[in-house]
Amino acid sequence: MVMRRNTVHPLDQLRGEVDRLFNGFVATPAGATAARLVGRPFPAVNVWEHGDDLYAEAEVPGLKSENVEISVVGNELTIKGERPETEQDSTAFHRRERGAGPFTRILRLPVEINADKVQAALKDGVLLITLPKSEAAKPRKIQVNTRE
Amino acid sequence: MATESAVRASEDSRTEETRSGQFYRPNVDIVETADGLLLLADMPGVKGSEIDINFEDGSLVIHGKVAKRQPDDQAFLLQEYGVGDFYRTFRVSEQIDATGITAELHDGVLVLKLPTVEAVKPRRISVKVS
Repeated sequence: MVMRRNTVHPLDQLRGEVDRLFNGFVATPAGATAARLVGRPFPAVNVWEHGDDLYAEAEVPGLKSENVEISVVGNELTIKGERPETEQDSTAFHRRERGAGPFTRILRLPVEINADKVQAALKDGVLLITLPKSEAAKPRKIQVNTRE
Repeated sequence: MATESAVRASEDSRTEETRSGQFYRPNVDIVETADGLLLLADMPGVKGSEIDINFEDGSLVIHGKVAKRQPDDQAFLLQEYGVGDFYRTFRVSEQIDATGITAELHDGVLVLKLPTVEAVKPRRISVKVS
């Protein structure tokens, strides 16, 4: 009997098509300022696993909780929001590296999430999202049947 | 009428090179205002008590300390950034009033106000008529 291991690494799933697609959208304007969000996707996100939970942490300096919207459907995590402008009426920028304007990031997680139990906390510009795995995604012992 | 800007801030590249690898460089906006310069630096995870700002001989040094949030051996499913101290230095022209510099930290953003010395500010001079 030949056993095949599932070779799709969670990392590859996370960096899935959806994310790339939507980061492309962010760079083209939904508002006039969106075009400045070029280069790295915003916000940068770290994801890790601990027991029955996944954790997603994002760096969102300058954002207050009312500026961030988080939603989870199945295994897709969406982080939406808008970064405030530094100075509306100033003409003399000597340096402009911080982005501004609306953003959307969609991450495809390796497992289904129990959307009702998702929690998020924002402190000092760091957003921590706790994503409990759905019952179906928790590890179980699977009976393997052999085929002729 | 176009006026040459009185204040300038530029990267102090010498210091930065020797420091690279140990620190993260915060993204900044530097805006010229009527009073001087406004500098905003993204420093997520930095608390107000853990930030050092030094201004000496026209050199502005920003150092924000960041406590570890995950263990060193944490395995990530996705890792787009590292967690560590923020550090960046700037050369600022000498018209800045060092004693008047103020700093605030809100939601991981450092807001530095660097006022120009009074003599450099454009002023309206009233002419006394006797």
